[in-house]
Order: sequence, then structure tokens, then C-alpha cells
Amino acid sequence: MQQVNRLKPFFENITFDRDDNTMVVNFGPQHPSAHGQLRLVLELQGEEVVKAHPDVGYLHRGMEKMGENMIYNEFLPTTDRMDYIASTANNYGYALAIEKLIGIEAPRRAEVIRTMLVELNRIISHLFWLATHALDVGAMSIFLYAFREREFAMDLMEDYCGARLTHSAVRIGGVPLDLPKGWITNLEKFMFILDEQIKVYEGLLTKNRIWRMRLENVGVVDANMARQWGCTGIVLRGAGVKWDLRKEMPYGLYPELEFNIPVSNTGDSYGRYKLHMQEMYESMKILKQLIPMYEESESQLMAHAPEYISASKEDIMTQNYSLMQHFVLVTQGMRPPVGEVYVATESPKGELGFFVSSDGSPYPYRLKLRAPSFWHTGLLQDLLPGHQLADVVTIIGNLNIVFGEIDR
Amino acid sequence: MRAYKPKDNLQKKSYHNDRFYIKPTLKRGSVYDDSTFSADYLSLSNIVEITESYIELDHLVIYIKPEDNIKTIEHLKTVRAYDFLVELSAIDYISSRGGFEIFYEMLSTSKRKRLRVKTFIKDGEAIESVENIFRMANWSEREMYDMFGIVANNHSYMKRILMPDDWQGYPLRKTYPLHGDEAAQWYEVDKIFGKEARDIIGPELRDAAAIDRYDTTRFARLGHEVPYGTDISDGNEPDTPIRYQEEGGVALFGKKLVTPFDEIESKNLEERR
Repeated sequence: MQQVNRLKPFFENITFDRDDNTMVVNFGPQHPSAHGQLRLVLELQGEEVVKAHPDVGYLHRGMEKMGENMIYNEFLPTTDRMDYIASTANNYGYALAIEKLIGIEAPRRAEVIRTMLVELNRIISHLFWLATHALDVGAMSIFLYAFREREFAMDLMEDYCGARLTHSAVRIGGVPLDLPKGWITNLEKFMFILDEQIKVYEGLLTKNRIWRMRLENVGVVDANMARQWGCTGIVLRGAGVKWDLRKEMPYGLYPELEFNIPVSNTGDSYGRYKLHMQEMYESMKILKQLIPMYEESESQLMAHAPEYISASKEDIMTQNYSLMQHFVLVTQGMRPPVGEVYVATESPKGELGFFVSSDGSPYPYRLKLRAPSFWHTGLLQDLLPGHQLADVVTIIGNLNIVFGEIDR
Repeated sequence: MRAYKPKDNLQKKSYHNDRFYIKPTLKRGSVYDDSTFSADYLSLSNIVEITESYIELDHLVIYIKPEDNIKTIEHLKTVRAYDFLVELSAIDYISSRGGFEIFYEMLSTSKRKRLRVKTFIKDGEAIESVENIFRMANWSEREMYDMFGIVANNHSYMKRILMPDDWQGYPLRKTYPLHGDEAAQWYEVDKIFGKEARDIIGPELRDAAAIDRYDTTRFARLGHEVPYGTDISDGNEPDTPIRYQEEGGVALFGKKLVTPFDEIESKNLEERR
């Protein structure tokens, strides 16, 4: 516990060799290109970075501690605040982990809706990435275009769950709601627009001389470096490793879906840009396959497991035993079996893992959130030295780091 | 009698426990159930001593001695093709076993398998850093140190990562208090006026959301206003009729600034877009 009146004098503990011509620059934590609260202490030799020291923790809210003091359902809205650009991906990962721990499976329709939301969220996340990254590099109009389409996608999210950013649209054991009337039509409309618009973005950027000069051969991550730093997602695929959990260790509906895993061998920022664009097409491909699957599925939305999951609202209101069960599950919380589970899903950023150690009580004994951005930030201290100061912003933006999940 | 509160575990606990409830346990399979895992296990058991091992929810779980961690991780990486150290952290078992369980979550992209190496150290003991095998442990071990106070030996930069450098205590320990410092309300008073002034001045108001219903000088009574500064502690609350500036007309715009709501003329949007 911190004793406020006994603060020790605190000096910067980072040691730099100051007897040469290098200059120390403090980048952030309040910097528009820092993508949140990243403080980066850079040592510069002229314009070249010779040492980089990422300093994180400015958004630390102690989610793991919070999780240990909440019942399992209570924690779900908190997962929204991890990667707040793609909150459904966090909800989904958490729900899958707890479902695996208690040994239930969501009904098919719920799984279809979840996958739809997760893929839609991937598109939202990638659009956000494109917009902010392009803005960092200096392309203002892309920012406006990409945010316009992201707005349409967020409208779809809002139509489903009422929230635009922190969705909590998934529950442990299924989803709370069916898709509203006309949602599928709107989704198709959106995909029709997006398909054209991605081509516009690509037309503006892919062969753009400035864009290529800023991105090509900047921030080259090779496969060994990516493995060393535990990098996953697009950073790893950009390094030429074909590894996507949706394909390689599939979960949910992904074994039934047909899509490709785009891989780039260049390892630089430009390659990762291309991967982001291609992944949006792949997500749309998945969404298109999910629409007929949704229509064929039965209407059940929550798994039937009275020990862990509340019954439907109708049952709760009409049947005494369901009401009692619901009361116990809401006030005391579910009691999963004693054991440990680690479930990883492919979030838009990379491998998002939830490690839950349960001692059989309604509170998790230990909850470890494995956020991909944490190591993508750690990578900066090896990646930045040797680059120009102007490339630092490109690299930070390109790695797609979100501070909600780094600091948790 | 005062309720008993264990000092070594301050975490929230369930308010009700059925004394006849038997906790179910996850099924633990034998290592030999899976051919890949059994090969890994046999290969590793030649190198280090494995105290316990089982398969739980598609994970091979191996318990080793803390001094063997470098050898184990190195062997799994180079010989058994577990090329990713996905996660590394600790679990606080101070109250029950007097120490921490450290787990290394590993992934093999070629075999598509995950395993967990676990080891137990006593409180106050240190563990060897695996930073030289997996660079990502640099940050993981810093986080582990920050949250649990477990020092990793031979680590290149053993400093806090998420909490401020001058922080005291380790937040993820079960002994870490869940609420703030209760004495903090007196800090200002004690420092400026001395302890004896506590009765006169009273504690520092630290609840930003606190509302005093008898406060008639600030915003405590929104929607239930009384004339400014009236003493209403005797229960006599005179009403302040709410008047809008526009009702009498605004000098610049004339009489009708606020048009009354017309139910027939007004229209609800049926669809958003």
C-alpha cells in the first residue's frame, strides 16, 4: 500500500551515457501519436535513435486484481476496457475461457452471432488502425474516409447491443439477444459499401509514393525477433510466419468457415499495412458465409446449464426453480470446477489469452490476461534503435498497440 | 464478537458457502493419453526431474523444481520445438502454502500444442530469469516482480513496469488491501494543524460524490432548490419556483423563444439512416 505522506524522493532510474553527443527525448505519455499513454524515452544521435525505453503503466487499472474480486459474470464488462477498439474480441475470449472451464458450449445461433460480431469488430479495429496510422504518417483524408466507414460498422454494433465502443455483447454461455430485424440487410449494405471503400483506400495508399517511402523498410521485424518477443497476429504474419489461431488452432465456428491467412515476407510496415487491408476482405468473406448459417440455425441463444447459466427470462419469470437458480447465480455467482484453463483467441491485435485458475469458489483465484499489445510494445526497445526519429511514429502506429490492454 | 478476517488473504470471499457442497474438479488425464505430449514428457524427464505431470483441458502441465527452469525452457525450445513463450506469471499461494507458483505458458507452432511448466518458490526466494532464452520474459518478469515482488535473478532491468517506481507493496498479492488508506482523511489536518485539531476541523472530505442534503449553497439540491443559503436543518424547506429566462421573453429575440411541444406537428424518425 502506498503511504502518501511518506513518499520517497524519486529520480529517473533510466541510465543513459551522457558523456557523448546524444540527446534524450521524452516522447509522451501525452502525445497524439503515442496511441494512448505510451511514454517513450529516446536517446538520439542526431536524428537517429540509438536507445529506446518504452515506459508503460499510465493506464494501469489493475484488471487482474479486479477480476479476482468479482464473480465471473461481473468481470465481463471489464474486459471491454482492455482492447477498447475491439471490445467484443475480449468479451468473446473471456467467455470462451470460462465456457471451457465449466465445460459448456454456446448454442449454434449464439456462436454464429458472436463470430459475426467478432469479425465485424475486427473490421472496425482495422479501420481504426488504418485511420490513425495514416494520420500519424500524414495522410489526413484517409483518416476521415476510414472513420466514416467505421461509423457505419459501429452503427451496426449499436443496433445489436446498444453500445458503440464497449459492447459487452457476449455472455458466458451465449449471447443475450438475437439479431434485430433488418440487421442482416444492413450488414450486407455495409459490406457492399466497405468493399468499394477499401479499394478507395488502397487506391490512395498502396502505390502512393510518400506512403511507400514512409513505410517500406521501416520497422522490419524478422521471424526470430517476433518469436523472441512473443509477437502474434499481424506482426508475426508480417514476418512471414503463417500463424493465425483461427486457422491453426481453430475454435468456435472457424473450422467450418473458409478464409485465407494473408502472410507477408517483407516484415516491414508496408507489409503489415497490406495484411491489414487483406484481412478486412477475409473478415467480409467470413461474414458473408455466416449469414446463411445464421438463417439455418435454431433460435436458442444461451446454453442450457442450470448450474452455471441462468435460465431464459421467460423461465425465470414463470418457474420457481429457475428464479431461485437465477438468484443464486446473480448474488453468489457460478462456482466452476477446481482447475486451470488457458484459452487463446485471435483478436485483431494478436493472440489474446485468458488464464483462469479456479479454486472452486465464485471468484477466480488468479486471472491472467495475456494481451498481445504488451509484447508488441516491449518489442519497441529492440526495434526502434537504428531508425530515424520520424520513423518512430510510423512504427508505433503500425504495430497497432492499444494501451487499454497493455496496462490492463 | 468481531468477525474473523484472515490477514494473509484480503480478497473478496463468497458470503455464503454450503457446507455440504463438494467442489468438482477438472478431469486430469495421464501424460500418455496424447502421443505428442508423452514424447515431450519423456524427452524432458531425461533432463530434469519432473515432480508431477498431467493433461488438463488440452494442456500438458509439468511441475519442475525452481532451479531447473532455465534447463527446462531451453530444452523445450530447442529440442521439443516449443518456439513461443506465450505467458509467464505467478499465482499467490502465500496463505495456503507460503509461496508462489510460477507458470510458463508455452506454444509450439509446428506441433500446434500448448503446455504449461509450473514451479513453486517460497515467499522471498528468487527465480532465475529466462530472458536469455525468450526475450519477452524481459517484460513478463518485470511485471511479475511488479505485481508479486518475485525477483528474477540475472535479469537485465529488474524494475517495476506498470506501477510507479516508488510504489510500495505488490498489488496482486492476496495480502494487498482492497481499499485505500483510511488514515488518509487526516493527513492534511495532522500536517497543518496537528492531531489535536482533529475534533475541531473534522476529516478531509474525500468522497467526491458525497451530497449533503442540508447544503443550500452548492449543487446538492438540483431540482429541489431552496433559496440560497437558507437554513433548512429544522425541516422547513421553502420551495423555489423554477422559472426560465425565456418565459418572459429574451430582449434580443422577443417573446416566443421556446415553442411549446406540438404533438401533431412533431414527427418521430422511424429508421436511423
